[in-house]
Amino acid sequence: MSNQKLNVREPWYIRWGILGLLKGIALTIKHFFRPKFTVQYPEVTHTPLPKEEAHQWKPRGQHRLNVDEQGRVKCVACLLCQTACPSHCIEITPGPAPEGYGDRDKYPIEFKIDMLRCIYCGMCEEACPCDAIVLTDKPYPVTYSREGMIFNKEKLMQN
Amino acid sequence: MSSMVLDAGKILLIFAVFMQIPPLLIYLERKICAFIQDRIGPNRVGPFGILQPLADAIKLITKESITPKNVDVFLYTVAPLFVMVPAAISFAVVPVGADVKLWGHTLQLQIADFHVGILFFLAITSLSVYGLTFGAWASNNKYSLYGGIRSTAQMISYEVAMGLAVICVLMSSGTVYLREMVFAQSHTYFGFLPAWNVFHQPLAFVIFLIAAFAETNRLPFDLPEAESELVGGYHTEYSGMKFAMFFMGEYMAMISMSAIMVTLFFGGWTLPGVVDAHSTTVWNALLSVVVFGIKTGAFLIFFIWIRWTLPRLRYDQLMKLGWKVLIPLALMNLFFTAIWGLRDQIF
Repeated sequence: MSNQKLNVREPWYIRWGILGLLKGIALTIKHFFRPKFTVQYPEVTHTPLPKEEAHQWKPRGQHRLNVDEQGRVKCVACLLCQTACPSHCIEITPGPAPEGYGDRDKYPIEFKIDMLRCIYCGMCEEACPCDAIVLTDKPYPVTYSREGMIFNKEKLMQN
Repeated sequence: MSSMVLDAGKILLIFAVFMQIPPLLIYLERKICAFIQDRIGPNRVGPFGILQPLADAIKLITKESITPKNVDVFLYTVAPLFVMVPAAISFAVVPVGADVKLWGHTLQLQIADFHVGILFFLAITSLSVYGLTFGAWASNNKYSLYGGIRSTAQMISYEVAMGLAVICVLMSSGTVYLREMVFAQSHTYFGFLPAWNVFHQPLAFVIFLIAAFAETNRLPFDLPEAESELVGGYHTEYSGMKFAMFFMGEYMAMISMSAIMVTLFFGGWTLPGVVDAHSTTVWNALLSVVVFGIKTGAFLIFFIWIRWTLPRLRYDQLMKLGWKVLIPLALMNLFFTAIWGLRDQIF
């Protein structure tokens, strides 16, 4: 059956590739007018799931230090995120909380994240007991120096 | 005296406009390529990325132009010129618009109206093969040499078919003056069909079109630079502005080729009902230039469209198509055109 089919001589317009050429031209012009797949990355982040299911998929970008309703940083300097971090990019300088902080003993005097070392795995967020550190969907930072890639507490709180 | 000034101004204007088109084409090439591949393409430099060619040019000018150690320095430097200059010169014979009467002088919108016309075009465009071969030989690199040898073989093969196709057109129009050829195509058949040579000589047009793709080294005939086999072919060793000149030369050759195809087969700057071939008003001339630009632009876009459609031919397929298909077809076409031309004497 298949042998018989191989012996069939195709018409000249197929053998000479003319039909294929016309089909190719038609295909490319069809694609010319199609909607484009490109996502303008830094402005728009890619959400592969439809909007109804988008909550299941969360982009992991720059970190943010959350603040409570009085504008104080939520972090209690427990160092759990620093311990959980696989790439050792978090550096917390703990200190005794100021007088007004009735609810905790410690707070971070400085909180530095080296964005160059960070692999955006989100384990700091999982480790945090008081939802102080979260990963936002802000894209990875771009700077002109290595020093600029080390984010301090003020910068992280603004994210 | 003032007619000389007018002529000089015309030449400068045509040349200046001609030099502005390659960057535009590079932008179009990237944009159309992107659209065909469902991408957006350059859109960061300026609105819709139209300043991208400018950014490219700045990059190429400021880049270091490396001359490798064991190259033949003279040929290596001269080769890009041999690609770019013939492509620019060959545009000189193309009539770009209707005659215009300015301050009492009648001005032909054509840089040079030679006695040899189309033959001059064929002769000059053939020179560009020297550029590729010199560049490839002088680079002292095996991939470049392969590219150069391929380009020589390819250009010589397809030049024959192209020449034979042109002869058919010359026989049916009876002149080598491109200007007269345009005038001969300015009337209509049956009141609506333009008397373009493409309707007299459809086969010659197809042969010329295929040969034009091969002559300008465009896909599917870009074997001289076949980047997936030969690294970069003849321009492997080139960088900076020298590479840019090869690049510009390719696009200029494309423009000249499109312009000559429009002139030979699609009535040049004439369009029945829009442009009056024998009027000399300024408005008519402007309109004719626009018509010429639209026709040429359509061909250029077709060049780009084909590039992003077809895969590259294998080398033996290329030679087979040239020698076993196009040349016999062109000879057959020539034979029947000759019989048709001599029908009164024969029958």
